[in-house]
Amino acid sequence: MQTSGKIPVPPNRQSENSRWTACITRIRDSSDEAAFAELFEHFAPRIKGYLMKSGAGATLAEECAQDVMATLWQKAHLFDPSRASAATWIFTIARNRRIDALRKSRRPEPEEVYWGPQESPDQADILAMEEAAVELTRAIAALPAKQKTLIEAAYFNDLSHSEIADQTGLPLGTIKSRIRLALDRLRHAMK
Amino acid sequence: MTDNIRHHLTDGLLMAYSAGSLPEAFNLTVAAHLSMCDSCRARLGAFDSVGGALLNGGERAEMSAGSMEAALAAARQRPRPAAAPRPRGTLPAPLIDYIGGNLDAVRWRPVGMGVRQAILPTDGDATARLLHIPAGAAVPDHGHRGTELTLVLQGAFADSTSRFAKGDIEIAGEDLNHTPIAETGDDCICLAATDAPLRFRGWIPRIAQPFLKI
Repeated sequence: MQTSGKIPVPPNRQSENSRWTACITRIRDSSDEAAFAELFEHFAPRIKGYLMKSGAGATLAEECAQDVMATLWQKAHLFDPSRASAATWIFTIARNRRIDALRKSRRPEPEEVYWGPQESPDQADILAMEEAAVELTRAIAALPAKQKTLIEAAYFNDLSHSEIADQTGLPLGTIKSRIRLALDRLRHAMK
Repeated sequence: MTDNIRHHLTDGLLMAYSAGSLPEAFNLTVAAHLSMCDSCRARLGAFDSVGGALLNGGERAEMSAGSMEAALAAARQRPRPAAAPRPRGTLPAPLIDYIGGNLDAVRWRPVGMGVRQAILPTDGDATARLLHIPAGAAVPDHGHRGTELTLVLQGAFADSTSRFAKGDIEIAGEDLNHTPIAETGDDCICLAATDAPLRFRGWIPRIAQPFLKI
Protein backbone atom coordinates (compact mmCIF):
# COMPACT_ATOMS: atom_id res chain seq x y z
CA MET A 1 0.00 0.00 0.00
CA GLN A 2 2.59 2.55 1.05
CA THR A 3 4.93 1.58 -1.75
CA SER A 4 2.64 0.84 -4.68
CA GLY A 5 -0.12 3.36 -3.91
CA LYS A 6 -2.55 0.85 -5.45
CA ILE A 7 -5.50 -0.79 -3.84
CA PRO A 8 -6.03 -4.36 -5.06
CA VAL A 9 -9.46 -5.38 -6.28
CA PRO A 10 -11.03 -7.22 -3.36
CA PRO A 11 -12.75 -10.60 -3.64
CA ASN A 12 -16.55 -10.53 -3.82
CA ARG A 13 -17.16 -11.25 -0.18
CA GLN A 14 -15.54 -7.97 0.81
CA SER A 15 -17.70 -4.96 1.18
CA GLU A 16 -19.29 -3.18 -1.73
CA ASN A 17 -17.61 -0.10 -0.35
CA SER A 18 -14.08 -1.35 -0.92
CA ARG A 19 -15.05 -2.32 -4.47
CA TRP A 20 -16.02 1.28 -5.23
CA THR A 21 -12.82 2.49 -3.61
CA ALA A 22 -10.82 0.12 -5.80
CA CYS A 23 -12.67 1.36 -8.89
CA ILE A 24 -11.81 5.00 -8.13
CA THR A 25 -8.18 4.02 -7.57
CA ARG A 26 -8.11 2.22 -10.93
CA ILE A 27 -9.45 5.34 -12.61
CA ARG A 28 -6.81 7.43 -10.86
CA ASP A 29 -3.92 5.11 -11.66
CA SER A 30 -4.77 3.80 -15.11
CA SER A 31 -7.80 5.68 -16.50
CA ASP A 32 -9.67 2.37 -16.27
CA GLU A 33 -12.88 2.57 -18.32
CA ALA A 34 -14.30 -0.70 -16.99
CA ALA A 35 -13.97 0.67 -13.45
CA PHE A 36 -15.77 3.82 -14.58
CA ALA A 37 -18.58 1.78 -16.11
CA GLU A 38 -19.00 -0.18 -12.88
CA LEU A 39 -19.23 3.01 -10.81
CA PHE A 40 -21.52 4.63 -13.35
CA GLU A 41 -23.94 1.74 -13.32
CA HIS A 42 -24.27 1.89 -9.54
CA PHE A 43 -24.07 5.60 -8.81
CA ALA A 44 -25.40 7.52 -11.84
CA PRO A 45 -29.05 6.39 -11.36
CA ARG A 46 -28.77 7.20 -7.65
CA ILE A 47 -27.37 10.67 -8.36
CA LYS A 48 -30.18 11.21 -10.85
CA GLY A 49 -32.70 10.05 -8.24
CA TYR A 50 -31.20 12.39 -5.63
CA LEU A 51 -31.37 15.37 -7.99
CA MET A 52 -34.93 14.60 -9.01
CA LYS A 53 -35.94 14.36 -5.36
CA SER A 54 -34.34 17.77 -4.92
CA GLY A 55 -36.61 19.19 -7.60
CA ALA A 56 -34.72 18.76 -10.87
CA GLY A 57 -36.57 17.57 -13.98
CA ALA A 58 -35.46 14.27 -15.50
CA THR A 59 -33.42 15.89 -18.29
CA LEU A 60 -31.50 18.25 -16.01
CA ALA A 61 -30.99 15.49 -13.43
CA GLU A 62 -29.56 13.18 -16.08
CA GLU A 63 -27.23 15.87 -17.45
CA CYS A 64 -26.00 16.67 -13.95
CA ALA A 65 -25.51 12.99 -13.08
CA GLN A 66 -23.32 12.60 -16.18
CA ASP A 67 -21.39 15.69 -15.19
CA VAL A 68 -20.89 14.40 -11.64
CA MET A 69 -19.50 11.13 -12.99
CA ALA A 70 -17.19 13.01 -15.37
CA THR A 71 -15.97 15.06 -12.41
CA LEU A 72 -15.27 11.83 -10.54
CA TRP A 73 -13.03 10.72 -13.40
CA GLN A 74 -11.25 14.05 -13.46
CA LYS A 75 -10.75 14.36 -9.70
CA ALA A 76 -10.05 10.73 -8.82
CA HIS A 77 -6.66 11.73 -7.39
CA LEU A 78 -8.40 13.87 -4.74
CA PHE A 79 -10.38 10.97 -3.24
CA ASP A 80 -9.03 9.92 0.16
CA PRO A 81 -10.65 6.66 1.36
CA SER A 82 -9.26 7.19 4.86
CA ARG A 83 -11.53 10.23 5.22
CA ALA A 84 -14.65 9.30 3.25
CA SER A 85 -16.40 6.35 1.70
CA ALA A 86 -16.76 6.38 -2.09
CA ALA A 87 -20.49 7.09 -1.69
CA THR A 88 -19.75 10.05 0.57
CA TRP A 89 -17.21 11.53 -1.81
CA ILE A 90 -19.59 11.11 -4.75
CA PHE A 91 -22.35 12.69 -2.66
CA THR A 92 -20.20 15.80 -2.10
CA ILE A 93 -19.64 16.19 -5.86
CA ALA A 94 -23.36 15.70 -6.57
CA ARG A 95 -24.34 18.11 -3.78
CA ASN A 96 -22.10 20.83 -5.23
CA ARG A 97 -23.55 20.25 -8.70
CA ARG A 98 -27.07 20.52 -7.25
CA ILE A 99 -26.33 23.90 -5.65
CA ASP A 100 -24.81 25.14 -8.87
CA ALA A 101 -27.61 23.87 -11.13
CA LEU A 102 -30.74 24.12 -8.99
CA ARG A 103 -30.01 27.00 -6.64
CA LYS A 104 -27.80 28.93 -9.07
CA SER A 105 -25.44 29.60 -6.23
CA ARG A 106 -21.80 28.95 -5.49
CA ARG A 107 -20.55 26.79 -2.70
CA PRO A 108 -17.00 27.68 -1.74
CA GLU A 109 -15.02 24.63 -0.64
CA PRO A 110 -12.41 24.46 2.10
CA GLU A 111 -8.77 24.42 1.07
CA GLU A 112 -8.11 21.01 -0.47
CA VAL A 113 -5.84 18.65 1.41
CA TYR A 114 -4.91 15.41 -0.30
CA TRP A 115 -2.17 12.84 -0.65
CA GLY A 116 0.50 13.45 -3.25
CA PRO A 117 1.48 10.87 -5.87
CA GLN A 118 4.22 9.42 -3.67
CA GLU A 119 2.24 8.73 -0.53
CA SER A 120 -1.10 7.23 0.37
CA PRO A 121 -3.17 6.59 3.50
CA ASP A 122 -2.70 3.46 5.64
CA GLN A 123 -4.77 0.47 4.61
CA ALA A 124 -5.86 0.11 8.26
CA ASP A 125 -7.26 3.64 8.23
CA ILE A 126 -9.15 2.93 5.01
CA LEU A 127 -10.70 -0.22 6.47
CA ALA A 128 -11.62 1.58 9.69
CA MET A 129 -13.35 4.33 7.71
CA GLU A 130 -15.25 1.73 5.68
CA GLU A 131 -16.41 0.02 8.86
CA ALA A 132 -17.57 3.32 10.32
CA ALA A 133 -19.46 4.14 7.11
CA VAL A 134 -21.17 0.74 7.13
CA GLU A 135 -22.14 1.27 10.76
CA LEU A 136 -23.67 4.65 9.92
CA THR A 137 -25.57 3.20 6.95
CA ARG A 138 -27.03 0.54 9.24
CA ALA A 139 -28.00 3.18 11.82
CA ILE A 140 -29.75 5.30 9.20
CA ALA A 141 -31.62 2.26 7.89
CA ALA A 142 -32.74 1.52 11.46
CA LEU A 143 -34.10 5.04 12.10
CA PRO A 144 -37.82 5.51 12.68
CA ALA A 145 -39.48 6.61 9.43
CA LYS A 146 -40.26 10.09 10.76
CA GLN A 147 -36.64 10.81 11.63
CA LYS A 148 -35.40 9.46 8.34
CA THR A 149 -37.85 11.71 6.50
CA LEU A 150 -36.55 14.74 8.40
CA ILE A 151 -32.95 13.96 7.52
CA GLU A 152 -33.83 13.39 3.88
CA ALA A 153 -35.70 16.70 3.86
CA ALA A 154 -32.52 18.47 4.99
CA TYR A 155 -30.25 16.74 2.48
CA PHE A 156 -32.57 16.58 -0.52
CA ASN A 157 -34.91 19.55 -0.21
CA ASP A 158 -33.11 22.35 1.61
CA LEU A 159 -35.69 22.03 4.36
CA SER A 160 -34.38 22.77 7.79
CA HIS A 161 -35.89 21.42 10.96
CA SER A 162 -34.48 22.13 14.36
CA GLU A 163 -34.89 18.47 15.29
CA ILE A 164 -32.31 17.46 12.71
CA ALA A 165 -29.52 19.40 14.36
CA ASP A 166 -30.12 17.34 17.49
CA GLN A 167 -28.37 14.56 15.59
CA THR A 168 -31.01 11.88 15.97
CA GLY A 169 -28.58 9.64 17.84
CA LEU A 170 -26.64 8.66 14.73
CA PRO A 171 -23.19 7.23 15.45
CA LEU A 172 -21.21 10.15 14.06
CA GLY A 173 -18.58 10.16 16.81
CA THR A 174 -16.59 7.26 15.37
CA ILE A 175 -16.49 8.81 11.91
CA LYS A 176 -15.43 12.19 13.32
CA SER A 177 -12.55 10.71 15.23
CA ARG A 178 -11.49 8.51 12.27
CA ILE A 179 -11.42 11.55 9.97
CA ARG A 180 -9.57 13.62 12.55
CA LEU A 181 -6.92 10.91 12.86
CA ALA A 182 -6.64 10.60 9.07
CA LEU A 183 -6.26 14.37 8.76
CA ASP A 184 -3.52 14.39 11.38
CA ARG A 185 -1.63 11.72 9.44
CA LEU A 186 -2.11 13.63 6.20
CA ARG A 187 -0.95 16.91 7.74
CA HIS A 188 2.10 15.10 9.10
CA ALA A 189 2.89 13.63 5.66
CA MET A 190 2.48 17.03 4.00
CA LYS A 191 5.14 18.67 6.21
CA MET B 1 -4.24 25.26 9.96
CA THR B 2 -4.49 26.53 13.52
CA ASP B 3 -4.58 24.12 16.45
CA ASN B 4 -5.63 26.51 19.20
CA ILE B 5 -9.06 27.45 17.89
CA ARG B 6 -11.57 27.73 20.73
CA HIS B 7 -14.73 28.93 18.99
CA HIS B 8 -16.11 26.47 16.45
CA LEU B 9 -19.02 26.03 14.06
CA THR B 10 -22.23 24.59 15.49
CA ASP B 11 -23.54 21.17 14.44
CA GLY B 12 -26.50 22.96 12.87
CA LEU B 13 -24.31 25.11 10.61
CA LEU B 14 -22.09 22.17 9.68
CA MET B 15 -25.07 20.02 8.77
CA ALA B 16 -26.63 22.82 6.72
CA TYR B 17 -23.29 23.34 4.92
CA SER B 18 -23.09 19.61 4.26
CA ALA B 19 -26.67 19.42 3.03
CA GLY B 20 -26.12 22.49 0.86
CA SER B 21 -28.85 24.73 2.26
CA LEU B 22 -26.81 27.78 3.31
CA PRO B 23 -26.57 31.01 1.30
CA GLU B 24 -23.28 31.68 -0.47
CA ALA B 25 -21.90 34.22 2.04
CA PHE B 26 -22.32 31.68 4.84
CA ASN B 27 -20.82 28.91 2.72
CA LEU B 28 -17.77 31.11 2.18
CA THR B 29 -17.35 31.84 5.89
CA VAL B 30 -17.84 28.18 6.83
CA ALA B 31 -15.37 27.07 4.12
CA ALA B 32 -12.80 29.61 5.35
CA HIS B 33 -13.11 28.36 8.95
CA LEU B 34 -12.88 24.72 7.80
CA SER B 35 -9.65 25.58 5.97
CA MET B 36 -8.19 26.65 9.33
CA CYS B 37 -9.80 24.07 11.63
CA ASP B 38 -9.34 20.30 11.23
CA SER B 39 -11.65 19.64 14.16
CA CYS B 40 -14.60 21.17 12.30
CA ARG B 41 -13.41 19.57 9.03
CA ALA B 42 -13.71 16.16 10.67
CA ARG B 43 -17.16 17.01 12.07
CA LEU B 44 -18.23 18.10 8.58
CA GLY B 45 -16.96 14.80 7.19
CA ALA B 46 -19.33 12.97 9.51
CA PHE B 47 -22.29 14.98 8.21
CA ASP B 48 -21.14 14.38 4.63
CA SER B 49 -21.18 10.66 5.49
CA VAL B 50 -24.87 10.98 6.28
CA GLY B 51 -25.38 12.42 2.80
CA GLY B 52 -23.32 9.59 1.31
CA ALA B 53 -25.39 6.96 3.07
CA LEU B 54 -28.63 8.63 1.93
CA LEU B 55 -27.40 8.81 -1.66
CA ASN B 56 -26.30 5.19 -1.66
CA GLY B 57 -29.55 4.02 -0.10
CA GLY B 58 -31.76 6.34 -2.15
CA GLU B 59 -34.03 5.67 -5.07
CA ARG B 60 -32.61 5.03 -8.53
CA ALA B 61 -33.77 6.93 -11.58
CA GLU B 62 -32.65 4.99 -14.65
CA MET B 63 -30.24 6.72 -17.02
CA SER B 64 -30.86 6.81 -20.78
CA ALA B 65 -29.08 4.46 -23.14
CA GLY B 66 -25.67 5.80 -24.10
CA SER B 67 -25.36 8.09 -21.09
CA MET B 68 -22.33 6.25 -19.72
CA GLU B 69 -20.47 6.63 -23.02
CA ALA B 70 -21.41 10.32 -23.14
CA ALA B 71 -20.11 10.86 -19.60
CA LEU B 72 -16.89 9.03 -20.40
CA ALA B 73 -16.38 11.11 -23.55
CA ALA B 74 -16.94 14.31 -21.53
CA ALA B 75 -14.54 13.08 -18.85
CA ARG B 76 -11.83 12.39 -21.41
CA GLN B 77 -12.13 15.97 -22.69
CA ARG B 78 -11.35 17.38 -19.29
CA PRO B 79 -7.80 17.83 -18.19
CA ARG B 80 -6.93 16.53 -14.75
CA PRO B 81 -6.34 19.61 -12.59
CA ALA B 82 -2.75 20.09 -11.56
CA ALA B 83 -2.12 19.95 -7.84
CA ALA B 84 -3.01 23.30 -6.34
CA PRO B 85 0.00 25.16 -5.00
CA ARG B 86 0.12 25.52 -1.24
CA PRO B 87 -1.60 28.84 -0.47
CA ARG B 88 0.64 31.42 1.19
CA GLY B 89 -0.19 34.41 3.31
CA THR B 90 -2.89 35.21 5.82
CA LEU B 91 -5.96 34.14 3.94
CA PRO B 92 -7.47 30.67 3.54
CA ALA B 93 -7.85 29.41 -0.04
CA PRO B 94 -11.61 29.96 -0.54
CA LEU B 95 -11.21 33.63 0.39
CA ILE B 96 -8.29 34.09 -1.99
CA ASP B 97 -10.66 33.00 -4.79
CA TYR B 98 -13.11 35.75 -3.83
CA ILE B 99 -10.54 38.50 -3.48
CA GLY B 100 -8.37 37.52 -6.41
CA GLY B 101 -5.22 37.48 -4.29
CA ASN B 102 -4.06 37.99 -0.75
CA LEU B 103 -4.75 40.91 1.58
CA ASP B 104 -2.89 43.41 -0.59
CA ALA B 105 -5.51 42.79 -3.31
CA VAL B 106 -8.40 43.92 -1.08
CA ARG B 107 -10.08 47.21 -2.01
CA TRP B 108 -10.94 48.69 1.37
CA ARG B 109 -13.56 51.37 1.96
CA PRO B 110 -13.79 53.40 5.19
CA VAL B 111 -16.88 52.84 7.36
CA GLY B 112 -15.95 55.26 10.16
CA MET B 113 -13.98 55.17 13.43
CA GLY B 114 -10.93 53.95 11.52
CA VAL B 115 -12.69 50.71 10.56
CA ARG B 116 -12.57 49.70 6.90
CA GLN B 117 -14.53 47.09 4.97
CA ALA B 118 -14.66 45.34 1.62
CA ILE B 119 -17.91 43.73 0.51
CA LEU B 120 -17.32 40.44 -1.33
CA PRO B 121 -19.34 39.36 -4.38
CA THR B 122 -21.88 36.73 -3.33
CA ASP B 123 -25.49 36.03 -4.26
CA GLY B 124 -28.19 38.17 -2.72
CA ASP B 125 -29.40 35.92 0.09
CA ALA B 126 -26.68 37.05 2.50
CA THR B 127 -23.76 39.45 2.57
CA ALA B 128 -20.06 38.74 3.16
CA ARG B 129 -17.55 41.45 4.02
CA LEU B 130 -13.99 41.75 5.19
CA LEU B 131 -13.51 44.05 8.17
CA HIS B 132 -10.26 45.76 9.06
CA ILE B 133 -10.26 47.04 12.64
CA PRO B 134 -7.14 48.96 13.72
CA ALA B 135 -5.45 47.55 16.83
CA GLY B 136 -7.17 48.92 19.92
CA ALA B 137 -10.16 50.30 17.97
CA ALA B 138 -13.80 49.39 18.53
CA VAL B 139 -16.56 48.52 16.08
CA PRO B 140 -19.59 50.64 17.09
CA ASP B 141 -22.16 48.85 19.23
CA HIS B 142 -24.58 47.01 17.00
CA GLY B 143 -27.39 44.49 16.98
CA HIS B 144 -28.26 41.98 14.31
CA ARG B 145 -31.25 41.58 12.07
CA GLY B 146 -30.53 37.91 11.51
CA THR B 147 -27.45 35.78 12.12
CA GLU B 148 -23.91 37.10 11.93
CA LEU B 149 -20.86 34.85 11.57
CA THR B 150 -17.52 36.51 12.25
CA LEU B 151 -14.29 34.66 11.49
CA VAL B 152 -10.99 36.12 12.69
CA LEU B 153 -8.26 36.00 10.00
CA GLN B 154 -5.62 38.12 11.73
CA GLY B 155 -5.23 39.64 15.20
CA ALA B 156 -7.97 39.21 17.80
CA PHE B 157 -11.03 40.97 19.19
CA ALA B 158 -13.13 40.72 22.31
CA ASP B 159 -16.73 41.55 23.08
CA SER B 160 -18.99 41.00 26.06
CA THR B 161 -19.25 37.26 25.33
CA SER B 162 -15.62 36.19 24.83
CA ARG B 163 -12.25 36.70 23.16
CA PHE B 164 -11.85 35.67 19.52
CA ALA B 165 -8.42 35.03 17.97
CA LYS B 166 -7.22 33.78 14.58
CA GLY B 167 -9.43 30.95 13.32
CA ASP B 168 -12.16 31.52 15.92
CA ILE B 169 -15.70 32.07 14.68
CA GLU B 170 -18.35 34.04 16.56
CA ILE B 171 -21.99 33.16 15.91
CA ALA B 172 -24.26 36.06 16.88
CA GLY B 173 -28.04 36.04 16.76
CA GLU B 174 -30.72 38.71 16.79
CA ASP B 175 -30.62 39.06 20.55
CA LEU B 176 -26.94 39.99 20.76
CA ASN B 177 -25.87 43.62 20.92
CA HIS B 178 -22.12 43.88 21.07
CA THR B 179 -19.14 46.19 20.74
CA PRO B 180 -16.20 44.20 19.38
CA ILE B 181 -12.86 45.77 20.33
CA ALA B 182 -9.65 44.81 18.52
CA GLU B 183 -6.74 43.86 20.76
CA THR B 184 -3.60 45.93 20.77
CA GLY B 185 -0.84 44.44 18.65
CA ASP B 186 -1.85 43.40 15.11
CA ASP B 187 -4.75 45.08 13.39
CA CYS B 188 -7.73 42.74 13.42
CA ILE B 189 -9.03 41.42 10.10
CA CYS B 190 -12.29 39.47 10.05
CA LEU B 191 -14.65 37.89 7.55
CA ALA B 192 -18.25 38.61 8.51
CA ALA B 193 -21.42 37.16 6.96
CA THR B 194 -24.93 38.38 7.68
CA ASP B 195 -28.20 37.05 6.40
CA ALA B 196 -31.89 37.50 6.30
CA PRO B 197 -33.08 34.63 4.12
CA LEU B 198 -36.36 32.96 5.01
CA ARG B 199 -34.73 29.58 4.98
CA PHE B 200 -32.92 30.50 8.13
CA ARG B 201 -35.74 31.70 10.24
CA GLY B 202 -36.62 29.60 13.18
CA TRP B 203 -33.67 27.35 13.46
CA ILE B 204 -30.48 29.39 13.30
CA PRO B 205 -31.49 31.54 16.28
CA ARG B 206 -32.17 28.34 18.13
CA ILE B 207 -28.78 26.98 17.25
CA ALA B 208 -27.13 30.21 18.35
CA GLN B 209 -28.82 30.17 21.73
CA PRO B 210 -26.55 27.78 23.61
CA PHE B 211 -23.60 29.81 22.42
CA LEU B 212 -25.12 33.08 23.53
CA LYS B 213 -25.76 31.74 27.00
CA ILE B 214 -22.00 31.50 27.57
